[in-house]
Amino acid sequence: MGELRLMKGNEVIAEAAIRCGCDAYFGYPITPQSEVMETLMARMPWEETGMVVLQAESEVAAINMMYGGASAGRKVMTSSSSPGISLMSEGISYMAGAELPGVVVNVQRGGPGLGTIQPSQADYLQATKGGGHGDYRLIVLAPSSVQEMNDFVDLAFELSFKYRNPAMILTDGVIGQMMEKVELSDFKPRWTDEEVERLNGSWAATGKKPNRERAIKTSLELVAEKQEIINQGFQAKYKKMQEEEVRYEMIHCDDAEYIIVAFGVSARISQKAVDLLREQGHKVGLFRPITLYPFPSKIINQMADKVKGFLSVEMNSGQMIEDILLAVSGKTKVDHFGRMGGVIATPGEVVDAMLTKLIGG
Amino acid sequence: MAKVRGAVVVDQECCKGCNLCVVACPENVLGLHKEVNSKGYHYSHMVSPENCIGCMNCGMVCPDSCITVYRVKVPVEQD
Amino acid sequence: MAELQLADIIKPENKVYGKSKIMTDTPLHYCYGCSHGVVHKLIAEVIEELDIQEETVGVAPVGCSVMMYNYIDIDWMEAAHGRAPAVATGYKRVNPKKYVFSYQGDGDLAAIGTAETMHAVNRGENIVMIFINNATYGMTGGQMAPTTMVGQVTSTSPYGRNVDINGYPLRITELLAMLPGAAYVTRQSVHTPANVRKCKKAIRKAFENSAKNIGTSFIEVVSTCNSGWKIDPVAANQWMEENMFPFYPLGDLKDGERDSFEQFSVQKLKK
Repeated sequence: MGELRLMKGNEVIAEAAIRCGCDAYFGYPITPQSEVMETLMARMPWEETGMVVLQAESEVAAINMMYGGASAGRKVMTSSSSPGISLMSEGISYMAGAELPGVVVNVQRGGPGLGTIQPSQADYLQATKGGGHGDYRLIVLAPSSVQEMNDFVDLAFELSFKYRNPAMILTDGVIGQMMEKVELSDFKPRWTDEEVERLNGSWAATGKKPNRERAIKTSLELVAEKQEIINQGFQAKYKKMQEEEVRYEMIHCDDAEYIIVAFGVSARISQKAVDLLREQGHKVGLFRPITLYPFPSKIINQMADKVKGFLSVEMNSGQMIEDILLAVSGKTKVDHFGRMGGVIATPGEVVDAMLTKLIGG
Repeated sequence: MAKVRGAVVVDQECCKGCNLCVVACPENVLGLHKEVNSKGYHYSHMVSPENCIGCMNCGMVCPDSCITVYRVKVPVEQD
Repeated sequence: MAELQLADIIKPENKVYGKSKIMTDTPLHYCYGCSHGVVHKLIAEVIEELDIQEETVGVAPVGCSVMMYNYIDIDWMEAAHGRAPAVATGYKRVNPKKYVFSYQGDGDLAAIGTAETMHAVNRGENIVMIFINNATYGMTGGQMAPTTMVGQVTSTSPYGRNVDINGYPLRITELLAMLPGAAYVTRQSVHTPANVRKCKKAIRKAFENSAKNIGTSFIEVVSTCNSGWKIDPVAANQWMEENMFPFYPLGDLKDGERDSFEQFSVQKLKK
């Protein structure tokens, strides 16, 4: 049993980073995630593990500092909230193009523009379809508890190094700000220079050695035919992710006639709605995608043969529903319920939506 | 007493004929060839090799690193 | 005594100057007479002389020198436009023993990347920053740069830079010299053999500073873009001397180490 604490989701991100052997955090303050860097600065991990924590001059600089640290084969991360992630999208695209690992945490707030500082899930499409320019994808993990905020930091690093692709923890202002019991991970030491050389020396810019070609971390290839081959490599990587990395949770889905699909905080609200609906005698289950990319399309497609309908519950105007519709392929009914602009849905509203849109409809 | 003699070797294929070495040479050793290389540049070459003192000025200003400079000290007999 | 034949002079033991071993065999893609090539080889020569090939990592910019990683035989990172100082910062922070340098043009460093430039120097990052100022955007075809001279004709200031419309040329090196994080700020050129020698000395000093952890070393190289300026390389050097040097004077602007600023350190806020 690891160390038990009562902590905020944002604080746990910081603690988990230190404990998983992260080499550097680069960030810029933005509500509702500023506690991540505040916690790190107060913890002074540079004295404990040697981890670098640096407040950058902007999100643009922060993501490019990550590009530099990741090029060295090191575990680097940043965190921000929606408007900041938009600024980082350029750098994320460059990282994906140069095949660099790294973890980006998005504690979402309502948009567009400055929007609001209240929680939201309106960056689903931005996160799962790329966000920046070019044909790329991020590995996107959606925690729905403070515990998962802890667990997914290490997992995100693991996946991002496995695929040499940036990974995003897509969370929201609720999970970031709320306090819960959490079992913290045990400390893992940071990689030594020798370990970096052994694990990542085949691609990282660790200094040109006489026995190898120089490492060039770039996303540039001007010859279209060669650039296409590079892109085909990316697509092969994403396909492998779809085959091997899909993660989800199913609650009461075995006998369900209707299924709510929800991630993050919406899944918690929906879980209560499922309980209320079951109390009323409706066979409703909850399907919670944990990886938003790769999206659990296959299992949803299989479930679509058996159930009468899916309700996508999201704190946006209906973004994940696009992936559900593709997965269901017209086999059964799919509808959406969501609140926008930072409004948090209540379980009662979800119950009503299920009754009016699917069960009664 | 010794006098210095130099020589310049220009990688003619690499030279783009920018003329900067010709201008930098204090002894008017270099000039652009009337022939062109495979890329169509009038490459630099020694037109008065006997004047070269191996000062390296041409090499210094060459943007394409295509100049190699050699230098020897030649003893001069006293009269 | 018999006259020496060329073959007697051109022997390996008599070689006094040649291409650095750190330069690759790839032909440079730059236009004829471009200053980039000279600065590239000076960096390579310094890396070779300090014997730090394995310890040096470069950050390439966006601009004509975007593919400079093809020419110098070290490990490289290719930054997004303007972000080289941030990329260099990230690398240097996780690998403090490495020599990290960024290389940027005027558009990259003094326009789109102004924030990254200022803040990297202001933090006193122990990196080397090399700034090629040729008063134009070369790669995109000779547009107006932040450092374009007043009255200078470019493709986006076809009647000459007009300060009422376009504002003023930016002396960013003077701004950076004011920052406490800077250790060494200098302005050089490579248009004559003497200037090439001086510029190399400056680059060498900057790399040596980097090992001493005394703050940022910044070298501006006032350069030509004869294609962008639409004149020949020799005339471009002359134009640069006559027009750019009065506004961008050569020489050291700061030479020392980053300031401690202890005298300005505030007392803790009491509640």
